[in-house]
Amino acid sequence: MLKITDLKVSYGMIEAIKGISFEVGDGEIVTLIGANGAGKTTTMHAISGLLKPAGGGIMLGDTELTKIPSHRIVSMGLAQVPEGRRVFALQTVEENLTLGAYTRKDKAGIAGSMEKVFELFPRLKERRKQMAGTLSGGEQQMLAMGRALMAEPSILLLDEPSMGLSPLLVSEIFHIIVEINKNGTTILLVEQNAKRALAIADRAYVLETGLITLSGTGEELANDERVKKAYLGG
Amino acid sequence: MSDKKKLPAFLSDKKYRGRLTSFSMVLIMYIVIEILMNTGNLSSLFTSLLVPVCCYIVAAIGLNLNVGISGELNLGQACFMSVGAFSAVCVSGSLASSVPDVPRLVISMIVGAILAAVFGILIGIPVLKLEGDYLAIVTLAFGQIVKSLITNMYLGIDEAGYHFSFVDNNVELIPGGKMLLNGPMGATGTQRISTFTAGVVLVVVALIIVYNLMFSRSGRAIMAARDNRIAAESVGIEIVRIKLLAFGISSCLAGAAGALYGLNYSTLIPAKFDFNTSILLLVYVVLGGLGNMNGTMIATIILVLLPELLRSMQDYRMLIYAIVLILIMLLTNNEMVKTWIQKAYLRLSTDRKGR
Ligand SMILES: Nc1ncnc2c1ncn2[C@@H]1O[C@H](COP(=O)(O)OP(=O)(O)OP(=O)(O)O)[C@@H](O)[C@H]1O
Ligand SMILES: [Mg+2]
Repeated sequence: MLKITDLKVSYGMIEAIKGISFEVGDGEIVTLIGANGAGKTTTMHAISGLLKPAGGGIMLGDTELTKIPSHRIVSMGLAQVPEGRRVFALQTVEENLTLGAYTRKDKAGIAGSMEKVFELFPRLKERRKQMAGTLSGGEQQMLAMGRALMAEPSILLLDEPSMGLSPLLVSEIFHIIVEINKNGTTILLVEQNAKRALAIADRAYVLETGLITLSGTGEELANDERVKKAYLGG
Repeated sequence: MSDKKKLPAFLSDKKYRGRLTSFSMVLIMYIVIEILMNTGNLSSLFTSLLVPVCCYIVAAIGLNLNVGISGELNLGQACFMSVGAFSAVCVSGSLASSVPDVPRLVISMIVGAILAAVFGILIGIPVLKLEGDYLAIVTLAFGQIVKSLITNMYLGIDEAGYHFSFVDNNVELIPGGKMLLNGPMGATGTQRISTFTAGVVLVVVALIIVYNLMFSRSGRAIMAARDNRIAAESVGIEIVRIKLLAFGISSCLAGAAGALYGLNYSTLIPAKFDFNTSILLLVYVVLGGLGNMNGTMIATIILVLLPELLRSMQDYRMLIYAIVLILIMLLTNNEMVKTWIQKAYLRLSTDRKGR
């Protein structure tokens, strides 16, 4: 479904991504793990069109994405949940979700998607009229995820959804990610919480300072000595 | 609670309430002023301020759309008024003999508005692509450029057509012709065709345009881009296009306001729309509350009228002006005062129901 070949991204003179290749198959959960500054967010932004790559290719199905502006990529079925709970603080939960469907025109379909989001996140339904900025951290993360789902994407990019959440909430979020995947959405998950990410991933890649150093199934990597040492604390 | 539910949708919903307040405020003020004027109870000073107040309100509403809703700082709103004013004066001067007053005023205002919008969009396209307060810097510079350009422009019209010169005035006209733009002296001998009614109509039109935009899909996208650029991009909002829309409408309203202003005076100098005027407009917007159109209107009315009405106080004039500035800021932007007023209002309304 998504195929990245020899992707390079630079910030001015600094090359943050130095030529990486990976694939996300239809219906899979694929995770990209790596330490701070490895280039995970940079990779995500390049895929969703927020950053222009310096080289390489990004294929979504049969379409090359590198030449397409970000606002059109969303309507092609690729949605991103950006890092750090970026909600529209001064708008209500409902308005945030409506904005998630910004590229869609079918009113009935949008209302249906909103119902689905509320089923997945009942807490958002209770707070539909609340200002997004006053939600708790966990609720804001749910809102950011719900908002991306409003575009009815075929592939969802998640950038560190567990960041700064309590263990209980992290479990809940990961549970929901699996749920979303079961409903037919392919998932590319970026995480520092390697243990949890590897547990739900079909396949995984390890990113280190702009290069992919390891890859395998989630289970393989979870049992890999190097991964254990560097990311799983022992 | 049950009371609240019975209210029709346009009263219970906050956004409709704001709109309703705006339009009723304008309507009531219009009626009161018309009555006062027709019964001869309005001083000539006050009467002479009616049109300018309407112009500043419209320019400030436009500016609030750009600064408050879209979150882009603009330090040159007055120069968009300038573009509107001087183009309208030229249009009106050219059509003076052939078109009656009212349609001439409308045509001039439309031309002024369109021209200002074109300038706004031309500036906005490159600048709004950048993240940061670049628009503030560029509009500041644009204000200076426009002022210098108009100060050096000479335009005359006679039977042979238009005559134009730049820097040095070498426009020679056949007798019967007239100068439309006269360099540093600006526009002279303009026929005064602006009316208070036209001003009020313009305010209403501006309010309709701004409110419709604010509560539309595009309006929510504009606010989303202001609140969080990356998140807005991630849901597929075209940031540049949407910010350009707000800035274009903002300039367009300033252009229309300037046109009305220009046609309200027989002489108009380019220095009228300088940096100070831009800052004053920004003061009206900030004091009235970012994104709050009613606040903008009230702040503009008070702050335009006050210095004029205080002329007799001489020494105390600026002191009172400063105190009023602080009071308005407290009233419109201070949470404590706001809650206090809301509570007082609630108590009053429940008292009345109790009886
Ligand atoms: N806007 C920028 N300008 C310059 N350098 C940047 C910029 N954004 C990121 N970088 C650099 O690119 C590298 C990769 O950053 P990136 O944000 O992709 O890391 P990350 O893997 O997402 O880290 P984290 O887990 O902390 O979010 C870092 O060295 C970072 O300093
Ligand atoms: Mg990151």
